[in-house]
Amino acid sequence: MEYISTIFIVASINVVAVIGMTIFTGFTGLFSFGHAAFIAIGAYGAAILTYFYHFPFILALIFGSLLAGLISLLVGYPTIKGNLGSDYLAVALLGFGEAVRVILENLKITQGARGLPGIRICCTVPVVIIAIIISVLIARNLIYSKYGRRMVEVREDAVAAEMLGVPLFKTKYFSFFISAIFCGLSGGLFAHYYGFIQPAMFTLEQSTQILTSVVCGGIGSITGPIVATYIFVFIPEVFRFAKLWRLVFYGAALVLTMIFRPSGLMGYKEIGFHSLVAKIKRVE
Amino acid sequence: MFLQTLVTGLGIGSIYALMAMGYCLVFSILNFSNFAHGAMIMIGAYVGYLFCSIIGIPFFLSIIITAVITGILSVINERLAYRSLRERNAPSLYLIITAMGISIMLENLVYSTIGSNFYAYPRVFSKNYLEIFSSTIGLIDIYSFFVSIICIILLHLFLNNSKIGMAIRAGVADPIATSLMGANFNVLIRNVFFLSGIFAGISGVFMGLRYMVYPQMGWITNKAYIAAVIGGLGSLPGAIIGGFILGIIETIVSVYISSVVRDVFSFSMLILILLLKPLGLFGIKYEEKM
Repeated sequence: MEYISTIFIVASINVVAVIGMTIFTGFTGLFSFGHAAFIAIGAYGAAILTYFYHFPFILALIFGSLLAGLISLLVGYPTIKGNLGSDYLAVALLGFGEAVRVILENLKITQGARGLPGIRICCTVPVVIIAIIISVLIARNLIYSKYGRRMVEVREDAVAAEMLGVPLFKTKYFSFFISAIFCGLSGGLFAHYYGFIQPAMFTLEQSTQILTSVVCGGIGSITGPIVATYIFVFIPEVFRFAKLWRLVFYGAALVLTMIFRPSGLMGYKEIGFHSLVAKIKRVE
Repeated sequence: MFLQTLVTGLGIGSIYALMAMGYCLVFSILNFSNFAHGAMIMIGAYVGYLFCSIIGIPFFLSIIITAVITGILSVINERLAYRSLRERNAPSLYLIITAMGISIMLENLVYSTIGSNFYAYPRVFSKNYLEIFSSTIGLIDIYSFFVSIICIILLHLFLNNSKIGMAIRAGVADPIATSLMGANFNVLIRNVFFLSGIFAGISGVFMGLRYMVYPQMGWITNKAYIAAVIGGLGSLPGAIIGGFILGIIETIVSVYISSVVRDVFSFSMLILILLLKPLGLFGIKYEEKM
């Protein structure tokens, strides 16, 4: 039971970051290989507050995510303002991710590459469930708001959207900010679940994992990426006997998904109450 | 001291330029970032190690064999993974994720078959250093510089004087019109991937010689992506100049300031250049498919 709850918590922490990435990649159509940096910033921000200053857990989480949001505003201004092509943006953010790791390895307050051991462990199953519910609600309401519709317009056709009066920069910037906040929250949970963080935990691989969950889950869906994240965490556990080979299969599965089911698991659809009811009616 | 720094910078920069060129060739024609290029470089380093150290073929011959092998692998990679996506006109994000998947797959394939050991190339040159003007200059820097210059010249001649090269240039300018003129676009793409694989192999051998051979060495390719973006994606001269600029600046920063801030510095430089010139130094405006 503890084993399952461990996997569940690990997956759920990823889900929070994936929801942020869904807004950025899925709904705004931009992509980044540097969001692990925001997870790192959120993790360190929250952990330093509880570790050195004995802040309450919830307050530290909020500060950690706000710190990630603040940094995203600083980085996003030059990178998004320039109206960069998507590949330029991806590489710029990849560089940002690496730079953040190097900075964390050399700051005094983060204790360098040794990391912060013995962080208070506060992240339990109810905490992650509440975090996911709040994240999904915020994301859903955002997507159906005027800001969310603007993001979808930017994704579908940036030129047409601009002609309709959608502010391109503001929309992308806002989406970047929101995704960073979610990643920061995920980082805070991460730090308070493992009780130990070090810069080497937040690599390009983690950014890729978040991105692939979003793409394999379906661009333009919130529930699809969430389901995909759980699948991606649970399936490697099932294949634990395959040891190192399971990562080979993971890469192969990614390629095969893209080739045979390019719209992802869910495509543009959502799993929700209404779609379930519709499905049952169709079966009848 | 300065001469020594400059030569080291040129040596590292020339490898970055080689890596960035392979990456740029694919970008210029397909408009997507081939993130599997790093894995190809890693495989090139292993293949080079196999020929150079275990079989014991002379160094320069093993570079050529490695280049051909990675070229073929790169073509196979395109055929199996990218072609069906390409024919469906999929958005570049799908191609990028596929490339990431291949990179994860190859890296872990090496990890689970060969293992995570570090391998060092044998002594290739009889002497490791030259003494010029009372500064020690690494022979490997000089060799990698000249090899990459030769590669650049050969590529230039190939693209400008051969029929295939002309087709590639035409394909970069307008893929649809080129295929209407009777050039087989699939063959063209195959040639581009073969060339890109050749560059991956050569740069892989030099990376392995300079550092070590290990499964995660593909991460160094991040530098090549940064170099290509500095130069402007899709522009070959841009990739070369970007590679050299990055190599020289990194070496100067790590010698005169601190090797710790090196990566932070190159990233800030990237942001600064993108802020001033959003398309890089020599970038070409391209249509986004998303």
